[in-house]
Amino acid sequence: MTLDARVVVRRGPLTVDVVLQVADGEVLAVLGPNGAGKSTALRVLAGLLPPDAGRVAVDGRTWDDVAGRVHLPTHRRPLGMVFQDHLLFPHLSVLENVAFGPRTRGASRAAARAAAAGWIERVGLAGLGDRRPGQLSGGQAQRAALARALVGDPALLLLDEPLSALDARTRLAVRAELRRHLADFGGSTVLVTHDPVDAMALADRVLVVEDGVVVQAGTPADVARRPRTDYVARLVGLSLLPGVGEGTAVYLDGGGTVAVAEPAAGPVLVAIRPESVALYPSRPGGSPRNAWPATVAGATPHGSTVRVELDGPVPLLADVTATAFAELGLAPGSPVWAVVKASEVAVYAR
Amino acid sequence: MRRARTPAPLLVPAALAVTFLVLPLAGLLVRTPWSQLGTLLTAPGVGQALRLSLVSATVATLVSVVLGVPLAWVLARSRARGRTVLRALVTVPLVLPPVVGGVALFLVLGRQGIVGRWLAEATGITIPFTTTAVVIAETFVAMPFLVISVEGALRAADARFEDAAATLGADRWTTFRRVTLPLVAPGVAAGAVLCWARALGEFGATITFAGNFPGTTQTMPLAVYLALQRDPQAAIVLSLVLLLVSVATLLLLRDRWLGRSGAAA
Repeated sequence: MTLDARVVVRRGPLTVDVVLQVADGEVLAVLGPNGAGKSTALRVLAGLLPPDAGRVAVDGRTWDDVAGRVHLPTHRRPLGMVFQDHLLFPHLSVLENVAFGPRTRGASRAAARAAAAGWIERVGLAGLGDRRPGQLSGGQAQRAALARALVGDPALLLLDEPLSALDARTRLAVRAELRRHLADFGGSTVLVTHDPVDAMALADRVLVVEDGVVVQAGTPADVARRPRTDYVARLVGLSLLPGVGEGTAVYLDGGGTVAVAEPAAGPVLVAIRPESVALYPSRPGGSPRNAWPATVAGATPHGSTVRVELDGPVPLLADVTATAFAELGLAPGSPVWAVVKASEVAVYAR
Repeated sequence: MRRARTPAPLLVPAALAVTFLVLPLAGLLVRTPWSQLGTLLTAPGVGQALRLSLVSATVATLVSVVLGVPLAWVLARSRARGRTVLRALVTVPLVLPPVVGGVALFLVLGRQGIVGRWLAEATGITIPFTTTAVVIAETFVAMPFLVISVEGALRAADARFEDAAATLGADRWTTFRRVTLPLVAPGVAAGAVLCWARALGEFGATITFAGNFPGTTQTMPLAVYLALQRDPQAAIVLSLVLLLVSVATLLLLRDRWLGRSGAAA
């Protein structure tokens, strides 16, 4: 266990109390609405905010221990952090920004610049090292910020809403790249986000935080399949299916085919929200482009709707009203047809 | 951007204000004895006073930057108690009549002053009526301008850049040098120019604490005042020189600001 922390911090009326445990190479997403205390917890891990109680240890070394009066200042913690609006130093070039960490941590000028140049190339910014951050696009700036955070090979990588300042199109591209870099990264990663897609697409485990406390924890699939609260159900119902795009069709790795509105090519993730899935007892007329036979694998009521877990060539989650669920006479093992409009299917590069 | 038409009740006083501010300067230009300009400018004492003014104002500005920027940082960033009181104390010289400042300096650093007596006994150095006294008087009066300007820049600067620097292994001193200071550099420059202009025009504290000795403590404003009583033509020419320096200062500031905003856009 690389990161082993319990963070307790009071901010006005809100008390944040979360346990964060992340293994080497693992990505933990802390997912929750704005104001839930996610970023506050992250600032504690970074040492930017002293906790009111608890303990933070990384690789067996204590960074914070309120009872033991230990507080390692931020600049002595081997970590990298990516901020929402990148916070690249505006007076330094991209290369100087990325070389900043190695320089302050004692590398020679030449070594720091060489390491920085390597990372700038790795994140796809080759040739832009001399630019000022103000001359970069949002996506480029966020890539540079990632290079700056990773260049020192930190033990802990902290990502604070790394994609939320980007426009939708850029977010897709940067998310796909971030996924690759996180897969290569050997340390622990904590990702704070309010976007369930980020959490589902990037994390090995998800911690859903609401009003300062963890309301659910598990793998993204677990959390989506068995949401414990209405809030979690609304937040993380997304079905993410890997496949290969060809024109307006995506051939799923699991065998099914999904029709999509926008043409896609290459390896993609298909995302379908459970409220977009309609269930029918038999194949509906009017030949909808996406109609798949399925069997009910499970059902969890939440609020006035029931989340139905479907098995088949296209495994899906579907939200139906409790009335519809009863009228369809659904039970585990029941055969059913799932229908989704092509325009309701989102496609992400992976 | 669409601009509103100025209402008449504002327009008239505004025009009066402009006249009031510009007319005296125009009068100075009109009354300048342009034909004798060369002779008057090269008169003995003029160059001397100008040089002394420029040197002492520049040294006072350097001292203000070295001491004032750290003070501004303390006011803007530290969480020390009594910061409000400290800020009030620091800004007193800003509103204090300079003559009072001169008297106060004299009481502390004069030969019989609290610090001055000890200094004279220990080292034989006396400060009043020396060029050092000119620099001290100017620094006393002008440094608050720099402190206020830099503190404003520090408050306006995004402190999260300092957080980012800390996550990159920079301690607070390194962060100050490599991140904070470059970020507020335009504010420091603007503050330094204001401070320098204020020091250059200093009269009250200087004449009280440093006296009026040609060559050692007689700066341009003092020379202008004395000349007005003996030789009004010379006073006009000296004033013209100070006016030109002031305008040049303004231009310098404007270029700086325009250059900055142009680069950031």
